[in-house]
Amino acid sequence: MDPIIRFENVHFTYPEGEEEILRGVDLQIEKGSFVAVLGHNGSGKSTLAKHMNAILLPSSGKVLVRGMDTADEAKLLDIRRSVGMVFQNPDNQIVANVVEDDVAFAPENLGVPSAEIRQRVDAALRQVGMYDFRMHAPHLLSGGQKQRVAIAGVLAMEPEVLVLDEPTAMLDPQGRGEVIQTVTRLCREKGMTVVLITHHMEECIGADRLVVMSNGAIVADGSPAEVFSQVELMEREGLDVPETTRVLHELGLPTETLDAESCARLIAEKLR
Amino acid sequence: MLKDVTLGQYFPGNTVVHRLDPRTKILLLIFFIVALFAAKGWVGYGVMLLVTAGSMAISHISPKNIFKGLKPMIFIIVFTAALNLFYTDGTPVLPGWPITWEGVARSVQMVLRIVLLIAGTFLLTYTTSPMALTDGMERLLGPLKKIGLPIHEITMMMSMALRFIPTLIEETDKIMSAQKARGADFENGSLLQRAKALLPILVPLFVSSFRRADELAVAMESRCYHGGGGRTRMKQLHFAPRDLWALLLGAMLIAGMFVLRRFGL
Amino acid sequence: MSEIRVEALTHVYSAGTPFEKTAIENISLSIPSGQFVGLLGHTGSGKSTFIQHLNALLKPSSGTVYVDGEDINKDKKSRRAVKNKVGLVFQYPEYQLFEETVFADIAFGPKNMGLSKEEIEQRVHEACGFVGVEEELLQRSPLELSGGQKRRIAIAGVIAMRPGVLILDEPTAGLDPAGCRQIMDNICRYRRESGATVLIVSHNMDDAARLTERLIVFNRGTVAMDGTPEQIFAQPERLVEIGLNVPQSTALAMALREKGVQLAGSIYTHAQLMQALKGVGAC
Repeated sequence: MDPIIRFENVHFTYPEGEEEILRGVDLQIEKGSFVAVLGHNGSGKSTLAKHMNAILLPSSGKVLVRGMDTADEAKLLDIRRSVGMVFQNPDNQIVANVVEDDVAFAPENLGVPSAEIRQRVDAALRQVGMYDFRMHAPHLLSGGQKQRVAIAGVLAMEPEVLVLDEPTAMLDPQGRGEVIQTVTRLCREKGMTVVLITHHMEECIGADRLVVMSNGAIVADGSPAEVFSQVELMEREGLDVPETTRVLHELGLPTETLDAESCARLIAEKLR
Repeated sequence: MLKDVTLGQYFPGNTVVHRLDPRTKILLLIFFIVALFAAKGWVGYGVMLLVTAGSMAISHISPKNIFKGLKPMIFIIVFTAALNLFYTDGTPVLPGWPITWEGVARSVQMVLRIVLLIAGTFLLTYTTSPMALTDGMERLLGPLKKIGLPIHEITMMMSMALRFIPTLIEETDKIMSAQKARGADFENGSLLQRAKALLPILVPLFVSSFRRADELAVAMESRCYHGGGGRTRMKQLHFAPRDLWALLLGAMLIAGMFVLRRFGL
Repeated sequence: MSEIRVEALTHVYSAGTPFEKTAIENISLSIPSGQFVGLLGHTGSGKSTFIQHLNALLKPSSGTVYVDGEDINKDKKSRRAVKNKVGLVFQYPEYQLFEETVFADIAFGPKNMGLSKEEIEQRVHEACGFVGVEEELLQRSPLELSGGQKRRIAIAGVIAMRPGVLILDEPTAGLDPAGCRQIMDNICRYRRESGATVLIVSHNMDDAARLTERLIVFNRGTVAMDGTPEQIFAQPERLVEIGLNVPQSTALAMALREKGVQLAGSIYTHAQLMQALKGVGAC
């Protein structure tokens, strides 16, 4: 099957900038997969995300969404409705004073008939567990709740890919948990393709695939366990490695597991 | 303290007033204002007071909320009252006093007029969600699009402004605390010093507002916003029989007030 | 350098209205001079309200706060004076930068203290040294710098007041791991060299466990736990019960103990875990 998003040797430099932000990225995102992109600030991971729904266009190379070239202006709305984007600051992406009115914003822009908008809004709010808050004012919600409303606002477009650009950077651990659980469920139960941009390694543990970016290029790509087992590389990139991987690594055990439970089992077995 | 501002607040509910079409409510507010300015004598003001109190009762808005909204206007109200109290010719209340009976009557009427005007406006914003309000405005002003006025853009900006008022108030509070912690003083000093002391609040507020606007624009585009063309609405406005009745009552109110005025009541 | 004593501190927001909410209730504790304290608890547990009482930004509904033995709410003068003694760095402090140059922004606090020009200059340079801001940045506009740099400049703005107590509300929020490490290093260095008392609100359990001498855990407006990291992480179940995370090493140690591995001692850092594993012959 064709990948749902494909980057072909993408380079990017801001028009007024000198430094190249993306330096030849090749990447394919498969439908239904949960891909985490990890990297330190300035590694180019957010720039990568913004190429996925044509907010930014490559300086050279190509980005294809479901086979559509993002540089093709005629396809702009089609691309944006296929790839929903959630940003870092929940306050700056909520446009209405009432939760359900906000979620309705995208389908309204797309000219969806009223009755269908109602259905989509209710369905989207249920999927993120915010249906009971549909009449609330967004500014009175917690960070995690706001971010779930933002996700619902994107789901109402019925996209095929959900791209989240550091959605948890401004949240407390509880809100972070809410968001990660929500997107994981969307991927596992609804088959949504998820691309999660983050600098928190613990959020990548549940992903199918982990891509590490540095200096505008991909430096590691594989299952989270595979990538984290390259402890030296991760340290060189200024990124953290889960404690489980570190301990297994230092004990000379295979580092194929990430959760504390199975890691403890491995160590206990070795001791026996 | 800043959090007490009630501007643009909306109290969800399900009363007849809440269910009225926003366009009806906007028109009713205009009717109400016309009638209010037509009031001349005590009977007229009495009717307007009853109409306001009645509408508040029907829409379950407590007087407390109206008074809370009046708080920031208190200076204007007192000023108007004083002006009319002292500068109206007539029979002095006591011989030699600068206050006249006519002045007392006039200032009571003027205060009543301002208070009712504000109460009427609050009734509209308290019972209508900002989305519905701007939507109604956009539809009412729709014909002006034909002569090239950017009505959609204007109403969109209005609803954005309403959406961001609470966010900016919260942010102002935070910045103020941070600057106070660095020893900034907002309460003492001459007027000029105090005006200068606002810079450490205003500059960061502006900077962050620009950043917000930037991010918001990208977020809106990502959600397929491309201007007013081809947009649909989740909550369609529709004129129900009750809207017709409400407008009829409004028209009757105006007519009644002009009749009373004619007789000097 | 300064010590804090809090007696029966209670704060009620919007008292007398339907929105009345008790944020903290009857908190008594003292923090000796020079201690490095971590404040833990989830959003709404009262820790942010608590720290804003320590420099009189909030007035207690009841109770007293003493800094170096003096009631900081005694009168207007003492409420003002305490701001020079207790420096408070809010969350996302970079959003408070407003001056045209980095120098002027860092100098804002010292200027408000009424110091001489030479003294101000000296303090700005000293503060820059603590947070690793290069001198050549001083004449640049704070707005053109990177997020991490702005954060450090904002912290320098408070450090330049030479507070005897430095309080930071989640100083590493939103930064990447490298940025977090740098900020934490800066804070540790300031503490080491100035001898100041440091209080840090953190959601990062690993940092809190590794760096501080004492942890105070807030829950629903009261102090739920108070002790050395060793004491606190000896009862990780309690933290989980409150709904807080535990350091990763502690979580792994808990899982290992459940599997019957007899690990000795309180474990909250990687080194301790490896040590304990060595003790049972794992390596």
